[in-house]
Amino acid sequence: MSVSVLSHSVAAGRLLRARRRRNIILTLVLLLACGFAVTLMLGQSFTPPGDVLRVLLGQEVQGASFTIGQLRLPRAVMSILVGMSFGLGGVAFQIMLRNPLASPDIIGVSSGASAAAVFGIVVLSLDGAAVSVFAVLAGLAVAILVYGLSFKNGVAGTRLILVGIGVSAMIDSFIAYILSRAASWDLQEAMRWLTGSLNSVQLSQALPLLVSLMLFGGVLLSRGRDLDALRMGDDTAAALGIRVGMTRILVIVTAVGMIAVATAAAGPIAFVAFLSGPLAARMVGPNGSILLPAALVGAALVLIGDYIGQFALPSRYPVGVVTGALGAPYLIYLIVRVNRAGGSL
Amino acid sequence: MGQAAQWRLGRSNSTRALVLAATALLLLGLCAISVAVGTRDVGWTEIIGGLQGRAETIGQAAVAVRIPRTIMAAIAGAALGLAGAIMQGVTRNPLADPGILGVNMGASLAVVIGMAWFGLVSASASMWAAILGAGVTAVFVYVIGSLGRGGATPLKLALAGAATSVAFSSFTIAVVLPRNDIAGNVRSWTIGGVGGSTFADIRLVLPFLVLGFVLSLLSARKLNSLALGDELAAGLGERVAIARAMAALGAILLCGATTAVCGPIGFVGLVVPHLCRLLAGIDHRWLLPFSAIGGASLLILADVIGRIIARPNELDVGIVTAFVGAPFFIWIVRRQRVREL
Repeated sequence: MSVSVLSHSVAAGRLLRARRRRNIILTLVLLLACGFAVTLMLGQSFTPPGDVLRVLLGQEVQGASFTIGQLRLPRAVMSILVGMSFGLGGVAFQIMLRNPLASPDIIGVSSGASAAAVFGIVVLSLDGAAVSVFAVLAGLAVAILVYGLSFKNGVAGTRLILVGIGVSAMIDSFIAYILSRAASWDLQEAMRWLTGSLNSVQLSQALPLLVSLMLFGGVLLSRGRDLDALRMGDDTAAALGIRVGMTRILVIVTAVGMIAVATAAAGPIAFVAFLSGPLAARMVGPNGSILLPAALVGAALVLIGDYIGQFALPSRYPVGVVTGALGAPYLIYLIVRVNRAGGSL
Repeated sequence: MGQAAQWRLGRSNSTRALVLAATALLLLGLCAISVAVGTRDVGWTEIIGGLQGRAETIGQAAVAVRIPRTIMAAIAGAALGLAGAIMQGVTRNPLADPGILGVNMGASLAVVIGMAWFGLVSASASMWAAILGAGVTAVFVYVIGSLGRGGATPLKLALAGAATSVAFSSFTIAVVLPRNDIAGNVRSWTIGGVGGSTFADIRLVLPFLVLGFVLSLLSARKLNSLALGDELAAGLGERVAIARAMAALGAILLCGATTAVCGPIGFVGLVVPHLCRLLAGIDHRWLLPFSAIGGASLLILADVIGRIIARPNELDVGIVTAFVGAPFFIWIVRRQRVREL
């Protein structure tokens, strides 16, 4: 086979893979759009598409303005923003640490942000953007703490995960402590800060999320190539001309930022960060970066999970319970599969 | 073998007995503190009155409530400490604990399902449900954790346990949330506590715990053989599978019954055996009694802390043990070499 034919077939293969990845992204976007439309139209009652459109355009519609403008729209918008943040932040951690179990919700970063948010709200009486900033700082502190505690002649993935499990057990008990000091133990509030919930979210909360997605998400996506190179190992990445330390810091800051801002709004919605990456990887295969697909999968998980929690089950559940019930068996399945294959995690 | 370890192994039985007596005294002291100290400050006369069973003043009534609570903390702590020591012995795994391995959460889930779906109302029925749940979960986690190369390594077991624990906690919330009649207790099904224990609870749980204690202490010698490795133990004439099953049954009875009345309490079974190994060495015939007394002391101490730290509210003891135990867990993880994880 001559060189030109070989390079031609490589180029063709690359094109094919890029096209396949694009098709999957398009499908996910389409799925999200459909899901968004359905959640706006169909809740406890059905609203015709025409009325939905009119409400979205700012017109007053008898009986629909409140349901859609105040209840369904904020929920749907927040679902998508929060889900994208969790999906993108989670997959960034998984790629950087080369381990699907090293997602922020398993190693305690989400719990840390949640603890800071609940501490800020209950004890320091913060609100709005201050809670988000506080949550970001705490998330970073936890990430550094877990990383530091697992450091012993370098960081081993296995040790990092176990240390993270320990740290999140501690943080969860701290959250329970704060909640028990609050005036009354409100079950709904407790659910939000322990497993995540979209109950009573408002459209005004979308702004910090949007800013964080644009800022942190934009930086992360623009550095996607560097991040993917980290997958091959630090030495290989360095040989490819990537500044490993710098990339790592950038990834930690941006991923924690997104996770923490989303957590400050909706709590640490269980396992969305953990699930999105592996699901996206399974869809895309070895056909390119999974950052954007993971963000879309995350959004779909939260949107669908919240919808199921509200309407598809005999009683209403916060979204975190639904994603938790979906994600935990997947976690067990992942462990079974890896163990049986005899590989190390 | 290091000199220190040799000294520990060679420590004479009389020294161990003395140390054991000292820890028992410590336990008695903690019991006294637990009766005297709480959310409400009480005077000496009220404490004495309460101990004599009078409940004329609020203070005396508070003391009277603290007595069953203290007893419950003591027996639950002893059961969890013992269960942890046995699980660490059976799995030869330093990270084993009924909480970390998800066994307590499994017991909790079984009780909740029994109440919500099968209409179990009697307390003894939920006791059986809890023990069944604990047993099924223990087998489940052990099977998952020992798949593949290298058998049940600490990492694989701890991960399988943590994952199972999270899964079951999600399911528990899902089962309990829609049920207004039991949802008020959603906290006690995910975080254990001993507040509100009564003498009736103690009478209910005691037979199961006694059976568990007896089985556990009988298996002490077998655990010593198992510690040498399965082949060597078999070579010494130990029937490995039976030894393991008997010890595990004891541990399951202990933590299942405890969880049925107190809810899932984690980390006691992790911390206590490690500390007791420093005092008693690695001989299970000594380690097990030490772990029982140590667990009782730790849980009473944690309960007293929980009553003081969040005044005027109380903190469930499960929160305190997690806060104290998690750093200990991290310390053990750090101490292990990666290859051993």
